[in-house]
Amino acid sequence: MNAPPSIRRAGDRAFLVELADNESVHRTAAGIRAAGHPRLAEIVPGHTTLLLVWEARAPAPDAVARMVAGARAPAAPPPEGRPLTLAVRYDGPDLEAVAATLGMSADEVVARHRAGAYRVAFIGFAPGFAYLVGGDPALVVARRSVPRTRVPAGALAIAGPYTAIYPRAAPGGWNLIGSCDAVLFDTARRPPALLEPGARVDLAAP
Amino acid sequence: MTTTIEVVRSGALTTIQDLGRPGLGHLGIPRSGAADRRSLRRANRLVGNSEGAPALETTLAGPALRFSAPATIAITGATVEARLDDRTVAMHAALAVDAGATLRVGTASVGLRTYVAVRGGIEAPLVLGSASSDLLNALGPAPLAPGMILAVGPPHRAPPAAEPQPPPAPAVEPTLRIVLGPREDWFTDAALHALTHDPYVVSPDSDRTGVRLRGPVLARAREDELRSEGMVPGALQVPPSGQPILLLADHPTTGGYPVIAVVASADLPIVGQLRPGQSLRFAIGRAAPP
Repeated sequence: MNAPPSIRRAGDRAFLVELADNESVHRTAAGIRAAGHPRLAEIVPGHTTLLLVWEARAPAPDAVARMVAGARAPAAPPPEGRPLTLAVRYDGPDLEAVAATLGMSADEVVARHRAGAYRVAFIGFAPGFAYLVGGDPALVVARRSVPRTRVPAGALAIAGPYTAIYPRAAPGGWNLIGSCDAVLFDTARRPPALLEPGARVDLAAP
Repeated sequence: MTTTIEVVRSGALTTIQDLGRPGLGHLGIPRSGAADRRSLRRANRLVGNSEGAPALETTLAGPALRFSAPATIAITGATVEARLDDRTVAMHAALAVDAGATLRVGTASVGLRTYVAVRGGIEAPLVLGSASSDLLNALGPAPLAPGMILAVGPPHRAPPAAEPQPPPAPAVEPTLRIVLGPREDWFTDAALHALTHDPYVVSPDSDRTGVRLRGPVLARAREDELRSEGMVPGALQVPPSGQPILLLADHPTTGGYPVIAVVASADLPIVGQLRPGQSLRFAIGRAAPP
C-alpha cells in the first residue's frame, strides 16, 4: 500500500496533489476524469503533481483526498494506448555541441536518442508543448547558457531529462538536435494538441 | 443588416474578451478571457447579453468606435470619461447609440481595464470555443487596430436589465486576500512575514500574463529546483529574484517557480484592475471584507 499523496491547497478553487512519479500522475488523472466530477474544470498534470481546479469553491480537503484515493485504486483504467510514431531528422544546429559535451560522437547521440521509449510527462510553456520523458539517461544536458530569441516550429530539442518538439516558433534555451514535420498544435483539430499527457511516443527516421 | 463598429482609434491595447477557454489546461492552453470577469459579466447583463458574450477590454487608454446603426452599449470596469459624439455618458448603464455616432473611451482614472459590451455581442470567430484574445499564445482575434471593422451579433435574450447599484469604488491601496501555498514551505519565515506586512508596487512591465510586483524580496528556504507543476490565476509565483509575479488570465499553464500563495478567487477582479505604480497589500484569510 502506497502512502497517501500529499494534497496542498492552491487557492480556494484548486488543490495540488503530489504523487510518487509521473506514471501515477497519469493513472490518477485518468481515474478522476473517468469518475466525471461535474464541477471540476481543469485536471492539469505536472511532472509529479496533478492540479485539480474547480469552477467555484473547491471541496473540503478530505473529500479531495477520497477522490484521489479512489482514482488511484488498481481498478482505475490504465491510460495506455499504442505509441504514436513521429518521424524526426537529426539535423539540429546543436547536435555537434551536445555530442562534444557528452563525449560521444553525433552518431551515438542520434542512436541513443532515437532508441528512447518516450511518454508525455506533461504539457506546458506553450499550447501543445509536450515534455517527453523516457529518453536515455546518458543524454541529459543543461540548457544553453544563452537562450535563442527564436527557435523554429518543429525543432526537436533536449534539456535536462526532457525531449520536446516546438509546436510553433518561440524563444527557447533548449539544445536543438533535430526537426520534425508533424503538426503538433492545430486549433481546428480535436484535441488540438497531437501529444496529450500520458501519451507514448516513438521516434523514427523519416 | 448587420450592425458594424469601425475602429477609429484603437487605444493603448483593446482586445475582444469573453469568459475564455476552460478545461484545456492539460494541453498547455490558458483559460484567457476577461482579466476582470466580474466587470465583463456586468456589462453584458446591462445590455441583455448572456454574461459571457464577447465584449471589448481596454487597457488604460480607450478606443474610439463609430457605429453603423443604432446599438445598445454598456461601459463597466475601470473608471473612464466616455463620450458619445459630444455628450458625456454614464458608466454602469445601458446606453442607446444612434447610427453614425462615435463612442470615445478616455483614459482610466481608477483601475486599468474598462469593458464595453454591445447588445448582441461582438462577433468574432471562435478559437477552441472562445472569442478571447490570448496575447501570450496568439490565440483568438488580434487586438483592435485603426480601420478594423467589428460585427455585432443578433440580440438573443431578454431586454437590457437594470443592475441594482454600481459596484463600490476600488480602494487606492487594495488589500488582496490570499490562501498560503501550495509551496509556502519553500520560503523563509521572514518571507511569509514580509508578504503580509509590507506593501508591494505594480511594475510597469505587467500584462495579461502576470502582474509583476516590486517590494520585499521573498527569500527561499530551499534552493533545489521545483519540477514544473500546474498554475492557477491569482498564483503568486516567485522567480529567483524573489519579486513575485501575480498570474493573470493568459498565464502559462505550468511553471517551475514555487507559488507562495494564491489570491482568493473573489479578489481576482481587483487583480485585473491593478495599475502600474499602484501599491497593494496581502492578507491571509478568506472571510468577506468588512
